[in-house]
Amino acid sequence: MLPGEELPARGLRPGTGTYRTQGKVYASILGFVQERPPFVQVVPLSGRYIPKPHDTIVGYVADVQTTFWLLDIGAPRWAPLHMTGTPWKIDVGECDRYLRVGDTVLVTVESLDPTGRIGVSMLGEGLGRLDGGTIVTISPAKIPRVIGRKGSMIESITRLTGARVAVGQNGRIWIDGPPEALVQVRQALAMIEGSGHRPGLTERVQDLLHASGARGPGPASPDEPLPPPHLDRVDASPPREEPGADGEPDPAADDF
Amino acid sequence: MGSVGAKEVPVLLSPEGLRIDGRKLDELRSIRIVAGALHQADGSAFVEWGANKVMAAVYGPREVHPRHLQQNNKAIVQCRYNMAAFSVDERKRPGLDRRSQEISKVIAEAFESVIFAEEFPRTSIDVYIEVLQANAGTRCAGIVAASVALADAGIPMVDLLPAVAVGKVSGAIALDLKKEEDNFGEADLPMALVPQSGRLVLLQMEGHMTRDELAKALDLGVSGCRSIYEKMKQALRDRYAGGTEVAA
Repeated sequence: MLPGEELPARGLRPGTGTYRTQGKVYASILGFVQERPPFVQVVPLSGRYIPKPHDTIVGYVADVQTTFWLLDIGAPRWAPLHMTGTPWKIDVGECDRYLRVGDTVLVTVESLDPTGRIGVSMLGEGLGRLDGGTIVTISPAKIPRVIGRKGSMIESITRLTGARVAVGQNGRIWIDGPPEALVQVRQALAMIEGSGHRPGLTERVQDLLHASGARGPGPASPDEPLPPPHLDRVDASPPREEPGADGEPDPAADDF
Repeated sequence: MGSVGAKEVPVLLSPEGLRIDGRKLDELRSIRIVAGALHQADGSAFVEWGANKVMAAVYGPREVHPRHLQQNNKAIVQCRYNMAAFSVDERKRPGLDRRSQEISKVIAEAFESVIFAEEFPRTSIDVYIEVLQANAGTRCAGIVAASVALADAGIPMVDLLPAVAVGKVSGAIALDLKKEEDNFGEADLPMALVPQSGRLVLLQMEGHMTRDELAKALDLGVSGCRSIYEKMKQALRDRYAGGTEVAA
């Protein structure tokens, strides 16, 4: 559907992506129609990430204040992450010892209010600062394809490549692992984004990964298996030390 | 084409009623619309309309800078219409001038009336229109491009916003003026239509028309807008072809 096109409402009420005037229901955004009685809605095919509660998302630290950070999560607005929403004990004014502008974090959407304010939290399994790795950004509308039915797609990608992957509902996918694995994950994601609407996607992605020399099913290489995404980083992300505070060089200091 | 001093009025209308480029009075120039022409923008479009070439990019909804411009109940719609220095015969001095400021303002106001801005309080929806090559009717081409770009950006709107100019050349009301007709004609009437409601959200006029001519021009413009509307929809369908399956 395109904005301004009339929907076959059949007595359904206008849901998201629609509006009603003079008894008729029209699409307000570009997307496809979905009937969810009692509503008819238009599911977007494009656009910015619209936050939903409990979404796991990848954010970039855009600003640091005395008691919170502002995260760029690809949504219409920045989302504040308050220091009480982290696993760390932070003194007021010391936020930048833990996260600095440009850092990448995995957080969850906790609250939304009608004015568009987005509350996020870092409390939860697998959430925290993302160190190393790289981010691939795709359209948020394509994320369900990346995850697949009951996580089947992401499961086969991680299994076949051995990469560690964290999928943010906001379209940002964090990947880490050996360079070959990253290349393979990127290829798989490009295929999903390019032709995710055609049938047999999971098989095609598996074929692609096999063809590009992915290690195939089963425990991969003899060296120690890579941990599942993020289980190692729940509480493991240590607070950043002041550079040179206790003689320990801050490994991240090179970034600045 | 028109070098300085060449002020001879060309023959705009042949005895057979055909225009300078052979079109009939109610005929549009050829239009090609490409949705999603840019990667960095949230939405974009490229329009070739006769000899006009216009690029549009939409960013947002996003944080408003400077902060004091933000409105706590809705998004603001900002527009920048700009002509490239090389878009016209005689080099245009780059940057905003009075003309482009006015056009930016009227285009922003036209879009404000179709965008559901209340859905994104305290944000800004930024529309950039760059005219790469101009041959009369660039504000209409800009609106068409920007409207497709807004839909491509997933911005909720009442409808797409087709636009066209109608004018008066050699005493006759003609659709979609080209440069010579605009320069030597008697009137120019750009308009933008909301097809869903039939409302006009942009209407300007330069020159003179009688009441009857104005009524005729409005009718002609509205029907022109409707055929442009179909092309805009087709451009968006082409871009999202295959993504339109019905979900389970």
